[in-house]
Amino acid sequence: MSRPPGPGRTRLVRHREVAFPVPAVRREVLTAVPADAEGRPPLLFVPGFGAGAWVFAEHWLDHAAGRGFPAYAVSLRGHGGSGRHPRTTLRAYVHDVVQTACGLPRQAVLVGHGAGALVVAMALSRYPARAAVLAAPVFGGPATALRALWRHPVGTLPALVGGPLRLRRGQLFGRELPVAEARAYQRRMGRAAPLAQWQLLAHRAPERPVGDPPVLVLGSPDDAVVSGRALGRVARRYGGAPLLFPGMGHALMLDRGWREPLDAVLDWLEKVTG
Amino acid sequence: MSFEYGGPVGGAPDWRSAYDRGDTVCVIGAGASGLVATKNLVEHGFGVDCYDRETSVGGIWNWRHDRSPVYATAHLISSRPATGFPDFPMPDSWPDYPHHSQVLAYLQRYADHFDLRRHIWFGTEVVRVRPVHGGRWEVTTRSTGGYTERTHRYAAVVVANGHHWYPHLPEIEGLDGYTGETVHASAVKDPTSLRGRRVLIVGAGNTGCDLAAEAAAQRAAACWLSTRRGYWYIPKYVFGRPVDQVNELVLAARLPLRVRQWLFHRILRLVVGDLRRFGLPRPDHRVYESHPIVNSQLIYQLGHGRVIPVADVARFGRTTVELVDGVSLEPDLVVFATGYLPRFEFLDPHLLAIDDAGRPHLPLHMFSPREPTLAVAGLLQPDSGLFPLVHWQTVAIARWLRVALSDPPAAAALQPRLAALAARRWHDARLRDSARHWFEVSHVRYLRGLQRLLDLLERAR
Repeated sequence: MSRPPGPGRTRLVRHREVAFPVPAVRREVLTAVPADAEGRPPLLFVPGFGAGAWVFAEHWLDHAAGRGFPAYAVSLRGHGGSGRHPRTTLRAYVHDVVQTACGLPRQAVLVGHGAGALVVAMALSRYPARAAVLAAPVFGGPATALRALWRHPVGTLPALVGGPLRLRRGQLFGRELPVAEARAYQRRMGRAAPLAQWQLLAHRAPERPVGDPPVLVLGSPDDAVVSGRALGRVARRYGGAPLLFPGMGHALMLDRGWREPLDAVLDWLEKVTG
Repeated sequence: MSFEYGGPVGGAPDWRSAYDRGDTVCVIGAGASGLVATKNLVEHGFGVDCYDRETSVGGIWNWRHDRSPVYATAHLISSRPATGFPDFPMPDSWPDYPHHSQVLAYLQRYADHFDLRRHIWFGTEVVRVRPVHGGRWEVTTRSTGGYTERTHRYAAVVVANGHHWYPHLPEIEGLDGYTGETVHASAVKDPTSLRGRRVLIVGAGNTGCDLAAEAAAQRAAACWLSTRRGYWYIPKYVFGRPVDQVNELVLAARLPLRVRQWLFHRILRLVVGDLRRFGLPRPDHRVYESHPIVNSQLIYQLGHGRVIPVADVARFGRTTVELVDGVSLEPDLVVFATGYLPRFEFLDPHLLAIDDAGRPHLPLHMFSPREPTLAVAGLLQPDSGLFPLVHWQTVAIARWLRVALSDPPAAAALQPRLAALAARRWHDARLRDSARHWFEVSHVRYLRGLQRLLDLLERAR
């Protein structure tokens, strides 16, 4: 799954980036750095809407560092320990990812989860990542909203009028995760900015990535948020088929089998960046 | 662009001993332009050998380099988002107008982030670049200050040696017999050295105005600023926002030039007012018709009497400087803020179509009109930050080289389209004094041209 087929062309004139720079906020970045990275590229994990960097700090950061990859996770503005800003849009989230990536010592691999995968896909046109991983990607659109409404109307309806989006335990996790643990995770979830939530319904397709990074798409056929068809569509966009992990819920990095998808990602990275 | 092609690529080897570097591209200079050229060529799959005469990256932005013109208190005059590379923005925690040391830190981080230093040969000066049989290049280098020369053969050469390091000194009557101290602005490293002195600054470009305001702030005993013409002095902020960001908004609206000029005349009348009140001549041209001078402090210092505007210099006496209006000054230091000249001593001038005044004439300000595998990066004077333009220039150079080296027939087929593109004008307005501003470009117009070039090259792939 290498070279993505350039959806759209690279735009050179970017008035908005100059005329309306995204305001700075404090960014929370959690890290786990191995003693010796042996030339392995740093990984930057980007959580989805509602989640902070902590979702990766639970298991993935330490495991990635254990396998020799310097691992970082950023909280998008308004999430986790990052500062907030009124009128936050998808563009501001992309800005947060690009700024964090540029602050890392080496050219980074971007790993986005959920709507964070869309943010990563957009960031790829603003930062030449070493490689990119889109895990259970939520690229939005009406179908995503309808699916969420169907699965959990009470949690989804408020989001349509600017309220927070809530997901049920069954949407986020597989059956094997103990209920108490799942509830604890759910309680820690926050919310994305209303504008960004609406933009998830209708936004321009991500521009083509710069620097032709290899892109891996992965997910679960039992994900209650991302349909198999949506997953396949994203994977095709980047010229491949998705890597599947049956039995897992949407929150791959917190679910019981968290080790398996991460190991697959790291194996793939060792192959494409080695 | 009209290229006269040499023989087939990879012809018979030259008789002289030269180490052949195969498909590797040679980049000359590891300043901002050289770094971004190296990064983009590597990103497009090329091997790169980059040579720099200094021992570290940053070019003119590294004030330790002996050719660096930056002085201790220099800040950018384009704002942060208009200045950084488009795919590696400057930290958003930095101020609107970063200090020059931040620009150097930024370039060093860029080099580290993309692991560029392994492609750079430091302390190595390029002394000669000449085309050899088969469209290839022989590059002769010498360690800085040494004698041994080495010659390598490359598939292409990208010149990124900058154009802000070789001082242009004007020829003024009597200058040879003048006994007072004269320096070029590039030699003024520390403005505190101006304290207590009687300084005459010749030339009211961005450097001249900055130095005049600095001299005033450092309590020079007297500071005269000699200008030949009236200019527009654009403040760094209007409406509480960096002026280039406001300009970008106006450009985004795609207003006709005349309307933009009218708008900026109104804005400048409101925020700066009539320059004649400060003793400056009235601008003899409209906004956008010369290189913008961005300076908020000059007007302030003029208003406080700490800078005195004077007329153009007519001639030098033994100890005096006579102005065209008959006034005679007796400064103890004359600073020539009279700009820089581009220099390509290592190249045969006809390869870059360099005219008698030392100005190269290049299609799109970057390609050699003679050789398809020779390009120049960063030889532009834009009305915005330079780095974004050089980034896209070098992306275009990398893509062009990919076509030119791997598929010469496709490259030849592109010629008519490229020639049409090269014939375009790159400035929105008719420039006053266009001989001096020969490489001035309007950044949006130029970017649209590069976009067109990239689209053509994309289709040729």
